[in-house]
Amino acid sequence: MSKKIFSGPFLLFIICGTIVPLGVITFYGITDRSGAFTLENITAITTGEHMEALLLALGLALISTVICLVIAFPLGLILKDSKLGKKGFMVFIFILPMWMNFLLRTMAWQVLLERNGIINQVLGLIGLPDLNIINTPTAVVLGMVYDYLPFMILPIYNALIKIDKNVIEAAYDLGAGYRQVLQKIIIPLSVPGIVSGVTMVFVPSLTTFAVSNMLGGGKVNLIGNIIEQEFTASSNWNLGAGLSLVMMIFIVISMAFIEKFDRNGEGNII
Amino acid sequence: MKKTFKGIYLAIIILFLYMPIVTLMVLSFNEGKTMNAWVGFSLKWYKEMFENRIIMEALTNTLTIAFWAATVATIVGVTACIGLNAMKEKHRSVFMGLNNIPLLNADIVTGISLMLSFLLFGISLNYGTVLFAHITFCIPYVILSVMPKFRQLENHTYEAALDLGASPAYAFFKVVLPDIMPGIISGFLLSFTMSVDDFVITHFTRGVGINTISTLIYSQVRVGIRPTLYALSTIIFVAVLIVLIIVNVISNKKEETRHEKN
Amino acid sequence: MALIELLDISKSFEGETVLDEFNLKIKENEFITLLGPSGCGKTTTLRILGGFETPDTGKVLFQGQDITNLAPNKRQINTVFQKYALFPNMNIADNIAFGLKISGKSKEYIKDKVKYALKLVNLNGYEKRSVDSLSGGQQQRIAIARAIVNEPRVLLLDEPLGALDLKLRQEMQYELIRLKNELGITFLYVTHDQEEALTMSDKVVVMNQGYIQQMGTPEEIYNEPENAFVAAFIGDSNIIDGIMMEDRMVKICGQVFPCIDEGFGKKKPVDVVIRPEDIIIGKPGSGILDGVVTSNVFIGVHYEMCIEAGGFEWLAQNTVSYPVGTAVSIDVAPENIQIMNKPQSEDEEALALDE
Repeated sequence: MSKKIFSGPFLLFIICGTIVPLGVITFYGITDRSGAFTLENITAITTGEHMEALLLALGLALISTVICLVIAFPLGLILKDSKLGKKGFMVFIFILPMWMNFLLRTMAWQVLLERNGIINQVLGLIGLPDLNIINTPTAVVLGMVYDYLPFMILPIYNALIKIDKNVIEAAYDLGAGYRQVLQKIIIPLSVPGIVSGVTMVFVPSLTTFAVSNMLGGGKVNLIGNIIEQEFTASSNWNLGAGLSLVMMIFIVISMAFIEKFDRNGEGNII
Repeated sequence: MKKTFKGIYLAIIILFLYMPIVTLMVLSFNEGKTMNAWVGFSLKWYKEMFENRIIMEALTNTLTIAFWAATVATIVGVTACIGLNAMKEKHRSVFMGLNNIPLLNADIVTGISLMLSFLLFGISLNYGTVLFAHITFCIPYVILSVMPKFRQLENHTYEAALDLGASPAYAFFKVVLPDIMPGIISGFLLSFTMSVDDFVITHFTRGVGINTISTLIYSQVRVGIRPTLYALSTIIFVAVLIVLIIVNVISNKKEETRHEKN
Repeated sequence: MALIELLDISKSFEGETVLDEFNLKIKENEFITLLGPSGCGKTTTLRILGGFETPDTGKVLFQGQDITNLAPNKRQINTVFQKYALFPNMNIADNIAFGLKISGKSKEYIKDKVKYALKLVNLNGYEKRSVDSLSGGQQQRIAIARAIVNEPRVLLLDEPLGALDLKLRQEMQYELIRLKNELGITFLYVTHDQEEALTMSDKVVVMNQGYIQQMGTPEEIYNEPENAFVAAFIGDSNIIDGIMMEDRMVKICGQVFPCIDEGFGKKKPVDVVIRPEDIIIGKPGSGILDGVVTSNVFIGVHYEMCIEAGGFEWLAQNTVSYPVGTAVSIDVAPENIQIMNKPQSEDEEALALDE
């Protein structure tokens, strides 16, 4: 008994806020409007429109994640070695946008990318052709990269600075060149950070509907948009819940991924 | 050579990250209504923003929800840590696993599942449901910030206080609490920002009349962005910047004094 | 010819001078120890040799070749790091094989060499173990094995035993001496532990504030400290103000003691060093100075006593116990009195004041 009782309120919130809702969404997902059991809402993912949206979402999320990783890893390396002023300040600069409302940030890109928006005006001034990517998947990927890049930078940077300086020096001492140190020491040791960064970019990119709506102009339909529409426009909650369950499978897979690589809970966002 | 390359790389990313924000900030001072031309410096969009009842209401909602969600989540989270620490390792890891679900789950699933539950149990969506949802997703952040501090804590100091005649409550407030305070503060701040930043979960759990900044922007963007939103983003960005700088300065000072002591 | 020569090395960090025109020669097949308090520049010296720091001025010569700006991975020198620095993502065999794989050795060769290295550090059959599963002492052995498989000409050891407990440390001291003899390579060892330095080294370099204070065999360092810093740093000693009356005569606490030092001049203030075990305790009146025992602690084998005599508190060690309050007299054999010049310049003063 004793002190354990203090976790009571927490338990209550877990049950009411997490476990019951997950049960409810599962219930909706496997029943029809009359409440009878059905798998139709789940198998609905195989229909053309849904499958297309899922594959597009997977594709765009994958591309965004890879771009974020490719940008963030060298950045993490530079920041780790940086002697520019206070290290904390440099990191702060790269993380700061994360604290600003992501809808505002997405909106900013909408303003920049519009047909007669800032970027095209600047391009026009210097005589370059217009950049017409608004309302295309490219704009959506750009938005995802912009919104989620800090989530990749932070865990990778945290993993990199945790690497014992002596370990890297030991590798040089034993004859390794920079490339070998990177391949054999730095990259393997930053895997926990990379994995949590990848998950933290991939999951929101896969499930977003706001970014695709704002920068895709209704023309880029991701699985998140389909689900959201089932709850707002079409009001087929059972179908929306069923598709959500399918999407959760992908989240569970990435959670398993985290569990495997990130046993020590490293690379938290804090 | 290598150094310039690094510098250019950093500069490009900084440009990428800040160009959109700076653009909004500049446009917020533009007298004209469209972004196509710079008409002249003006604060009229700020004036309009402060006079806009909908925006002000959304701002109030956002801040009060964030404040209460962070407060309740902090209290629940800290007490949870006390309880969890008294548990056996096996049980604790089960609870920590459950704690991670809202963190790792997609917001859209969390939002939908909460909405469906509210409606299934006949609770109509309003301010309260949004607040409940926010508390739910904030608690994990508090626990993640506070738990490590608890683990670092010397159990002996609490026991020493008891040994010296303190009651458990007195020992907790005088000995344990000061030690875990940094974790509690960062948990609270993290919860607050997560709550302010949230769109998806609010989107599903809010009723018709309730707006937060996020949901307001989302609905406005569909009908056309007005420059009042640029003014709003400028104010939010500056506010965030100031708060973060203050937090950083305070924690740096603490670091320094700790170093001096050593 | 010396294997390694450090010539006029200076190095400062953020305006603080760590090494000041430092010179050192290291011979082939020598066990040389840099000994000194933290901040004395010993680790910096090691890191300059390993290639992890570049000196501000001065040169590092390896067999007469300038290697000052050579990258660490191009040097025939390997380091055993203070906190082991094993690669946590690799098992023991891969850790040891790291350097060999880099230099492109054959699989067979690597396998044999790893086995041999493990045998050398008494950890046979540990190939597949993970780094985490090893104790501190075992990790230390692996760190040594990982360095020596590459057959370096010089092995640098940065306080390698610092994190181990006393018993393990003593064991490892003997291991290191054995390894050094078996491998026949030069060991450059850094420590702040005088016992380690005296036990293992052929040559000890006592350092303080970026300067060499004294260089010599362990016996020379212990028996004939050149200045008060060395005397205070190596073992316990009584350091007393004295006046050199004439050759072979020093006045301490108002009494003249015969000694064997010459050439200090007449009426010259000096520092006098007397080791506690060299103080002869006798009945009052039998020695040179009379006094009273003020404390007495048994420290195993002998008793450590403080004797108040002639206005100075003498630290003395003896196998016979004289209880507190006993009136005694003290005497010192002339050859056990070590006379040192008083520090002259402010610089030297600063050196002596440290510790």
